Amino acid sequence: MPTIDLEVTTLREFNQMLHDLTEGANDTHFQVVNPRGRHAIAAGVDAPVTIEIDGNAGYYCAGMNKNANVIVNGSAGVGVAENMMSGRVHVKGDASSSAGATACGGLLVIDGNASARCGISARGINIVVKGSVGHMSAFMAQAGNIVILGDAGEALGDSIYEARVFVRGTVKSLGADCIEKPLTDEHKKTLSALLREAGLNGEVDPSEFRRYGSARKLYHFHMDNLEAY
Amino acid sequence: MCGIVGLFLKNKALEPQLGSMLSTMLGTMCERGPDSAGFAIYGSGDSEHVKLTVRCTSSGYDFNGLAKRVGKEIGADVPVQIHDTHGVFIVPAGLEQKAREAVERLGDGAKVVGAGVRMEIYKEVGRPDAVAKRFHLEEMTGSHGIGHTRMATESAVTTQGAHPFSTGRDQCLVHNGSLSNHNAIRRQLQRKGLHFETENDTEVAAGYLTWRLNEGDSLSDALKHSLDDLDGFYTFVVGTEDGFGVLRDPIACKHAVLAETDDYVAFGTEYRALAGLPGIETARVWEAEPATVYFWGRH
Repeated sequence: MPTIDLEVTTLREFNQMLHDLTEGANDTHFQVVNPRGRHAIAAGVDAPVTIEIDGNAGYYCAGMNKNANVIVNGSAGVGVAENMMSGRVHVKGDASSSAGATACGGLLVIDGNASARCGISARGINIVVKGSVGHMSAFMAQAGNIVILGDAGEALGDSIYEARVFVRGTVKSLGADCIEKPLTDEHKKTLSALLREAGLNGEVDPSEFRRYGSARKLYHFHMDNLEAY
Repeated sequence: MCGIVGLFLKNKALEPQLGSMLSTMLGTMCERGPDSAGFAIYGSGDSEHVKLTVRCTSSGYDFNGLAKRVGKEIGADVPVQIHDTHGVFIVPAGLEQKAREAVERLGDGAKVVGAGVRMEIYKEVGRPDAVAKRFHLEEMTGSHGIGHTRMATESAVTTQGAHPFSTGRDQCLVHNGSLSNHNAIRRQLQRKGLHFETENDTEVAAGYLTWRLNEGDSLSDALKHSLDDLDGFYTFVVGTEDGFGVLRDPIACKHAVLAETDDYVAFGTEYRALAGLPGIETARVWEAEPATVYFWGRH
């Protein structure tokens, strides 16, 4: 298992090393030390390997991730797992704004809180935040599931499309065109599976969540909705 | 872009290292603002004197000569500490206004850029690490300081456009972001008698705070009022004689990371700026909430 010290190996060299991985490569687990908030650590990886970062990561950690399992033993800066395609990113501390932005797939688990705009423009990613999220989360989110075990800040789900948002705590306010919707058995099943994938085995009851989604009034321009645009 | 750093020392034993700690933090933020930099340091001082930071236009300026002329004019001895293009004039507190006028009149273009019992302000055009070196920031001591690295968006790259901006005695402001209604606010403040040197948006924010403080607001209230009147994206950090304060606009696009240990409270636009501080691994690290005024200091 290679250990990469980012005080010794440059970030560019390390990311290149990850980009050069070929199928069946011997190294499948990379330990990263001294991240010291550097940006774009393990961005653009396309290989089924595990990358474990010991410390706090900077912006865009694991951005564009495909197939890799990235673990941050610390907090992550702006845009963690942005545009992720598949794989898994697990932040054991808090995440800054725009976590999982525009991501198409994969699972993002945040053990702590995520700040503003979590899941902004999500396009299929599943996000599980064990703490709370900041304002404007799930803004214009198109597909996927955003599960929040704590509270949500102002304007949750503003201009949301077809992503589903589940909140166990309180919601400060809903954004334009976002409404509460019934939580069906099918949703509870989805929630159960996601919670399990996020490492929670029965500690949290899916029926404690409320579901939010689109009222589908803002999809197309309508004169009566002018105030909401 | 732009980068802000701030450091308030709770542990007095670290005060001799304030400059070196702040200098490392500022250097880390070079990438966020490579065109100019500045910082305010809160060092020694006594209530009977005021330190006037005077900035001249080029290295090699005869600050000693100016101090003598100012001293003669106000009838007091004026010691001066020279740091490259900046000189810190120590004048009796009661003669501050007279000394300011004397500097303006006799200084050949030299300007008073800050005043306070403890505050000194330094700023110049150039890479932040080079600016810090030029003023020997790493050797400076004190209880707290704030610094700024600028990537100009709203006005020209000049020393005058660099931060911090003085907002009053022992007070200054640094800003990350851009204000969108600064021209209108500038005109309003000009009608109230405030004078502006640049086209810079942050100078307007500083002028706004000065105006609110003159109207009787506390600094905290002045910052809260700015949420109603200033439009745009911003994180403000204000230095005060006792410590520093932080405010992010309600949208909170501009980042703000804080760290606290038993020894210090530190602010950085990014965590990277804090990564070299002692004990950061076990510090409490968090993001400032939007539209919330924070203060740390010796209250």
